[in-house]
Amino acid sequence: MSPEQAIAAALLVPLLGAAGVLLCRRRPNVREAVTVLATLLTFGAVASLVPAVTAGGRPGLELFEVLPGLPLAFAVEPLGMLFALVASGLWILTSIYAIGYMRSHHEGHQTRFYACFAVAIAAALGIAFAANLFTLFLFYELLTLTTYPLVTHHGDERARRAGRLYLGLLMATSIVLLLTAIIWTYAVAGTLDFRPGGILAGRADAPLAIVLLLLFAFGTGKAALMPFHRWLPAAMVAPTPVSALLHAVAVVKAGVFTVTKIVLYVFGLDLLRTSGGGEILAWVAAATLLLAAAVATVQDNLKRRLAYSTISQLAYVVLGAALANGTAALGGSLHVAMHAMAKITLFFCAGAIAVTAHKTEVSQLDGIGRRMPITCGAFFLASLSIIGLPPAGGTWSKWFLVLGAADGERWAMVAVLLAGSLLAIGYLMPVVVRAFFYPPPAAGEGHGEAPLLCLLPLTLTALGCVGQFVFAEPLYRLLAPIAGM
Amino acid sequence: MSEHLPILQVVVPLLAGPLCLLLRHRLLVRGLATAVPLACLTIAGLLLHRVQQVGAISYHIGGWAPPLGIEYRIDLANAYVMVIVSAIAAVVMPFLPGHMGSAMVRRREHLFYAIFLLALAGLLGISATGDMFNAFVFLEIASLASYSLVALGRHRRALVAAYSYLIIGTIGGTFFLLGIGLMYQMTGTLNMVDLAHRLPEPMSPGTPGSRTVLVAFAFLAVGLSIKLAVFPLHQWLPRAYAHAPSAVSAFLAATSTKVSYYLLVRVVFSLFGAAYVFDALKLDRLLLPLSIVAMFAGSTAAIFQTDLKRLLAYSSVAQIGYMTLGVSLASVTGLTGGLVHLFNHALMKGGLFLAAACYGMRLRSSRIADLAGAGRLMPWTTAAFVTGGLALIGVPGTAGFVSKWYLVLAALEQGRWLVAVLVVASSLLAVAYVWRVVEVAYFADRDAGAHPIKEVPPLLLVPTWILIGATVYFGLRTELTAGVAEAAAGVLWESLR
Repeated sequence: MSPEQAIAAALLVPLLGAAGVLLCRRRPNVREAVTVLATLLTFGAVASLVPAVTAGGRPGLELFEVLPGLPLAFAVEPLGMLFALVASGLWILTSIYAIGYMRSHHEGHQTRFYACFAVAIAAALGIAFAANLFTLFLFYELLTLTTYPLVTHHGDERARRAGRLYLGLLMATSIVLLLTAIIWTYAVAGTLDFRPGGILAGRADAPLAIVLLLLFAFGTGKAALMPFHRWLPAAMVAPTPVSALLHAVAVVKAGVFTVTKIVLYVFGLDLLRTSGGGEILAWVAAATLLLAAAVATVQDNLKRRLAYSTISQLAYVVLGAALANGTAALGGSLHVAMHAMAKITLFFCAGAIAVTAHKTEVSQLDGIGRRMPITCGAFFLASLSIIGLPPAGGTWSKWFLVLGAADGERWAMVAVLLAGSLLAIGYLMPVVVRAFFYPPPAAGEGHGEAPLLCLLPLTLTALGCVGQFVFAEPLYRLLAPIAGM
Repeated sequence: MSEHLPILQVVVPLLAGPLCLLLRHRLLVRGLATAVPLACLTIAGLLLHRVQQVGAISYHIGGWAPPLGIEYRIDLANAYVMVIVSAIAAVVMPFLPGHMGSAMVRRREHLFYAIFLLALAGLLGISATGDMFNAFVFLEIASLASYSLVALGRHRRALVAAYSYLIIGTIGGTFFLLGIGLMYQMTGTLNMVDLAHRLPEPMSPGTPGSRTVLVAFAFLAVGLSIKLAVFPLHQWLPRAYAHAPSAVSAFLAATSTKVSYYLLVRVVFSLFGAAYVFDALKLDRLLLPLSIVAMFAGSTAAIFQTDLKRLLAYSSVAQIGYMTLGVSLASVTGLTGGLVHLFNHALMKGGLFLAAACYGMRLRSSRIADLAGAGRLMPWTTAAFVTGGLALIGVPGTAGFVSKWYLVLAALEQGRWLVAVLVVASSLLAVAYVWRVVEVAYFADRDAGAHPIKEVPPLLLVPTWILIGATVYFGLRTELTAGVAEAAAGVLWESLR
């Protein structure tokens, strides 16, 4: 398969999968088989691009010109490659998990669920491979729209209200801020292509660069920078597989990926540094990082706690880009992969507990580790990765982030990064401690471990967190070019 | 034959109208009324193709040379308008017989088709002609036919709506005529090209007759603004569109205001010229704020409607604001945005009104609350509505995005970043009114006691989806819309002056 065909396949297979899901709606087993097949084929197509990209190739695919100078085009560079790998790889495990979860929970509208899920993945891959801002924006909006039915899955008043907040915030930021920034960039630079070194460098003076940078950063609502973060906790009304893959991986990573990509390929690190925009963005990210982590420590609902943790961890990636040096950008990009693996594990565990023990609050989890040792063990490993401790992958991303901040002698930022990790201990470890060391409630409860289809994926992702620690080399080699190493 | 295309464009529907009265037989009339818009579309397509190849075509009626004889002058701008007008007419045709509510209409179907074809002839005539008085005649033909089409609505309130439309529309038509009269007084000619050359240079206040020219322009601009429903002259529009039969609303919303817009653009750019209108008169200082107010007021009013067709009608007021914004930005990019939106909005609003017609057929109501459960029971219609709604919002990948792109770009080119932000911010109001409908259709359950509903037949779904599909297609491929609009804007900008 040539790289062009692989790109096309990666984008088309999920869409065909969605069509297949709709066609097989009367036969659930066939329908789920179609989903799993689509996930495997998609991952295969994405993975086949890795050798070429690691070797320095930038395979591309140009479809047609939509507006003069604005083609619908795709080009795979290291950052997008990583994001696509993460999204499509974790989609396989999530769909297996979803089968176990949705059936144990007797959820309705499962056909719509799987179909929208597949289209959302196609949109995420479109974002990952986009060769210009216009293509990226197209798929960005598609991702918002296709995840809306997933957020409002239950259809009750609570879900509807969450859906309104979700759509309202993401649409408002993307249309008012992001679109304005895109068209403004086009008016200034005359192109929207992503180019190493940036397209604004030399064309925008410092004040304009700062305005555009802030428009881009806040306009990318999916990156959940405060004060535009409220949609993410609201989206937690969705079924847990959605929270796991979309609101810990695909959607939010699409946000920080967009910010990083804009910083690297629209502004360029030099313009970011010289204009002073990086400094402002770094402080915005730092504030989000600490505030969200502090909020997470007082959430009792487990999924909400994880959501605020996600907001805090996303700010790490934005901070990495804003520090405007290669090492920090590498750390931020690595964190996309590390955090994805860890956070999806945490959500899988939360869902497994909800589906098995019907418990959703942290305060209800006393002693649950004795009944569900594998689930809670996985939770512990993933927590280590979020905090950034060995033997989990998060260690490396935080290592490079701190190193980058120290390189630039940004000691305040080093302190922020470390404080974020301390807060992460504060909101994750109590869960583990409660589960393993608190005595279980007196009344015996008749549940054991989670269903096998839930347990298997979460074990694999927990092991993945460790794997990312031990085998970080290929990721490093893939990403090294963006940091200029 | 092919050199007579400009006149055939108008004469075919104009003669087919009375022919309906003679035929009377239901099937023959239906066949004729289906064939004529398709023929018009073919002619318009051929004309557009020819104009793209060889430039403007001048056709002398009866062989009388202009400026004495009547000239039909086809350039990119009006060929483009004629394509969209006849395409919409062809697509809404299947809706007409089945959907016309009252028994009176069904008994006298041939009368209805006669009026419809006359309206089409009028709209195409306005577009094709190069003679101001001729344009007035066709404007009246189209308007009179529209009043009677609106009056055919299911409820008796349609009569009141048609009557108020008639009064206001006639005032607009009269103003237009007065403007023509004053110009004729100054120049002694009615031919557009000739007028453009002969209008006295009005830049300096001392020039004899400059006051008369100013008054003439004012009458023309206000008259056309009424027909176009520029805020705050839009009061007739929501009432007329809400009470007309849905298919008629689809046709009028997609064509009638568009042709008025074309005529306004023609008067502003070709007759008087951008230098006079914008540099000397500063029309943009008036039209720009009005356009922005229209965008916000129209969309805000749409949010609070309880009736689906009124919602779409108020949304039209807002969308017309985008089109006039394109004029008032006074640049080629801005005018391109306006012309592109003319085309795109015709597709979106036509498609949305057709979806409303599908709902109306099954639900026997156009109240938004009655759409409960429609998402599940009428999935294709609802999907069409959602897609059309996304285009109104301007989501990328739909035609609405292309329009907004040009408008925002035009505003930023001139450094008017506040205007740019207001344009994108107003699309958020569209999110609000579209999503109100979406939430009812998908999340509310239909009352247990309500009569059962099912999806409409393919005969109605196909035309709806042709328009809705076109909004997606033209959101991705823009050679025919933005490409032609940009070229047309260039032609208009250089103008006949």
